[in-house]
Amino acid sequence: MYDIKALYEAENISHAIQLLEKHPAAQIIAGGSDVLVQIREGKRAGAELVSIYGLEELRGVCLEQDDTLRIGSLTSFSHITRDPLIQRIIPVLGEAVDMVGGPQIRNIGTIGGNTCNGVTSADSASTLFAWDAVIELTGPEGSRRIPIQEFYIRAGKVDLRPAEIQTGILIQKKSYEGYAGHYIKYAMRNAMDIAALGCSVNVKLTADKKSIEDVRIAYGVAGPVPMRAVHAEEAGRGKKITEDSIERVSEAVLEDIMPRDSWRASKAFREHISKVLCKRALKEAILRAGYTELKTEHTDSLHVGTAYRGGEQG
Amino acid sequence: MSREQNIQYKLVRCKINGVERETMVDVRASLTDMLRGDYRLSSVKKGCEVGECGACNVLIDGECYNSCIYLAVWADGKEIRTLEGLLGENGELSDIQQAFIDETAVQCGFCTPGIIMSAVEILESGKEYTREELRKLLSGHLCRCTGYENILNAVEKTMKKRLGKL
Repeated sequence: MYDIKALYEAENISHAIQLLEKHPAAQIIAGGSDVLVQIREGKRAGAELVSIYGLEELRGVCLEQDDTLRIGSLTSFSHITRDPLIQRIIPVLGEAVDMVGGPQIRNIGTIGGNTCNGVTSADSASTLFAWDAVIELTGPEGSRRIPIQEFYIRAGKVDLRPAEIQTGILIQKKSYEGYAGHYIKYAMRNAMDIAALGCSVNVKLTADKKSIEDVRIAYGVAGPVPMRAVHAEEAGRGKKITEDSIERVSEAVLEDIMPRDSWRASKAFREHISKVLCKRALKEAILRAGYTELKTEHTDSLHVGTAYRGGEQG
Repeated sequence: MSREQNIQYKLVRCKINGVERETMVDVRASLTDMLRGDYRLSSVKKGCEVGECGACNVLIDGECYNSCIYLAVWADGKEIRTLEGLLGENGELSDIQQAFIDETAVQCGFCTPGIIMSAVEILESGKEYTREELRKLLSGHLCRCTGYENILNAVEKTMKKRLGKL
């Protein structure tokens, strides 16, 4: 038995909002792979819960009328990985969430839960940051959409107002069209582990495939919340693709990141692998975007793994 | 809905190993609690109870879940399969269970039901996986006895047999 004070099961989105208004102390439970574990640990023991797990309307991936990719917040990691739209439009997201925990965790864990936890190590988060994802929140006043960077306020705290639930994650056409990306997770184990660092990079090449028209670089566990490496992006934008220009992008990463020491990895080690992962992910992204003249490193050797549900800080 | 200080119950109807069942469940119960306590399906083991070890793994609508971190009330309307459902009419073992015996993939046996249910999902996909893919597909399970190699052998051989390649 879990130490739960009360459980209210929402039948639809407006019912979920009503329940949250009626029980302001209640916490939202989606897949529960973090919430239930924290109840077991005692951290959230005695909680009142509003379960949104049954809301089928929040599951699935589709294209909206303006070709915005919409991912329902309750879509499980495994369903994201298998989804044909994800595989076509943003395969790197399917690959990133396929590194969360193990198979059973990927069946229960939801992308909405992964982002609403507000943890920096969430495997989906750096890729969503790197693709300018927009978060849709629905509450008593209706729906609002905000950039994912504004959604994360600080470690463990996201911009989820009273009685609001996250209903979708959106990626606009201008954010995905022509881009190709790669995510590297650095962790000690191949499964059931949390990232010591995660790096997601994507690029859009010029028509001749010789230069970088745009590059977006995002990190998890390089700071209290997932972040973009804006100086490094600036260093790469508009540059001709050479070993040298890629090197300069990865060097610039240190101007952006602020990792900390933790038992998982030291600050110095995280700074070091931040540069290495950036270089490797950038090279792979460039190759995926259609450039052919680059020597690859063994990106797979660092592609070690899989993180846990993401519900813990690095 | 009862008041907060009272224990809440909910009627949960679901299909378990092919049979429609229903029972009143304490909303605080995990699916492991319900399967073991209400239905005496003791193949569903209580291991870590925090979703790490996979000993409580069951199939829900064809996908594997750690039943320890799945609320029993969520099982309403679902189809659940446990190891007990693999037995034949006269209690015969299924091919994957027999393979675990033949390959010495069982030592203390505590992790075995959970791993076999993951193997069932793998085998029923009808796909052929490489050894490396099988490792990933079974990575949600901890076994402290076998070192995993014999488990992989059992799953791999059963997969190949079912595909007519062994």
